[in-house]
Amino acid sequence: MRIKKLQIIFYSILLNIFLLANAHAEDECFEKVSRGVFKFNQGFDNIILEPVAKMYNKLPEPVRNGTGNFTSNIATLLSIPNHLLQGELRLAGHATGSFLVNTTVGILGLGNPAAALGLENQKEDLGQTLGTYGVGGGCYFVLPVLGPTTVRDSFGMVLDNNYLDAFARVTWHEKEIKNLSGNKLDYVGVKAATAVDFRGDNMLNFESLEKNSVDVYAATKSLYLQDRSKKIKNKSTSDDDSWGDLDK
Amino acid sequence: MKKKLFFLISCILLYFNSLYSVTYNSEPKIFIQELVDDAVKTLSDKSLTEKEKNEVIEKIALENVDIKALGLYTLGKIRKELDENSMKNYQNIFQKYFLKSLTSRLTDYSSQKFEVIDSELKSSNYTIVKSKIVESVKSPEIKVDWRVYTKNPEKPLIRDLVVEGLSLARTQKEEFSSILNSNNNDINALISKLEEFVSN
Repeated sequence: MRIKKLQIIFYSILLNIFLLANAHAEDECFEKVSRGVFKFNQGFDNIILEPVAKMYNKLPEPVRNGTGNFTSNIATLLSIPNHLLQGELRLAGHATGSFLVNTTVGILGLGNPAAALGLENQKEDLGQTLGTYGVGGGCYFVLPVLGPTTVRDSFGMVLDNNYLDAFARVTWHEKEIKNLSGNKLDYVGVKAATAVDFRGDNMLNFESLEKNSVDVYAATKSLYLQDRSKKIKNKSTSDDDSWGDLDK
Repeated sequence: MKKKLFFLISCILLYFNSLYSVTYNSEPKIFIQELVDDAVKTLSDKSLTEKEKNEVIEKIALENVDIKALGLYTLGKIRKELDENSMKNYQNIFQKYFLKSLTSRLTDYSSQKFEVIDSELKSSNYTIVKSKIVESVKSPEIKVDWRVYTKNPEKPLIRDLVVEGLSLARTQKEEFSSILNSNNNDINALISKLEEFVSN
């Protein structure tokens, strides 16, 4: 009962920020706090995530590929309902096929035979779905450990976790679905493996970003917002009309 | 006699300069492939010292990247309000900053295999050349698009690099904008930050 009340309060606060944010993702909700949290996250990365990812990168390639495939297969459970909410029936079909093939033939998702069959597995979440509906990002802020986000994306993340993500329902919320059960530790374990796999894959990119930025916080913000925009539009090219101004 | 001597010296200087000046194909796709091959070859040349490598890369960049336009773009709207002297100071430090960060970035990625895939004509002024850094043990496949300015078709110039849909020029522009915003749009604050980066 108490948790439900807290949830309602949380959603109301988020919704209020959402509406008041005037949908400009470039604006900051509370920059000073976000910069502080960003510094904390950098410390967390230096002390925990980066060393673990470096050790992870020393593991044999099949182990790393298996981990990446396993976490990616679980993430498909969240992509399927979001494809449907976006009206992308073809991609929803591909994602469902990919999950079924990889979970069975691919031995619990450790292998990725679905890719060889030409099944696409594009990642989607509710933040992206809301984006395709035309909902702006709202203001930008940084969460401890979880990193950069916007009002829309954090609102989406909470709803994904509570309602749309079947894996989170079974593990974090410990709801039994068709005799499948899990616990919070399973959820945290998979999310941690996802983070380590991502960090390990992007070791060079993180180093290069830190070394070549005059303001790493602003660079990270820019990269996050560009990435979200690209994923919402499902486009890999960057559109920026202000280049045209230079030639006038 | 003096005229002849001057002519002879000029010819010798021109000859030596041309030895180090590289001209690439003007077709954007071939231009990018040749330029990157050249840069990678330079960076992996064990007979060259770090300083010599950086000098060659800087020369390639000065001749083939539209650094002046990039500097104006990354400055954003404030460029229209700057006086001539401030703009000159900014362009001067921006060039140094750009060359330093470019050589550092290229060195980071030089051990990886690079392939040009395709090109797309965006307008009479721009062609996007699509390429990729081939998957390796160190890193997964990375898509890289090059925004090539083709107003002068004989001399294409690179204006931006878009890595996996993320524009480096735009990222730089937003970094600069953040520094300017937190310093009342004072260009000297940005210049100091860039000087600090260059001297480190």
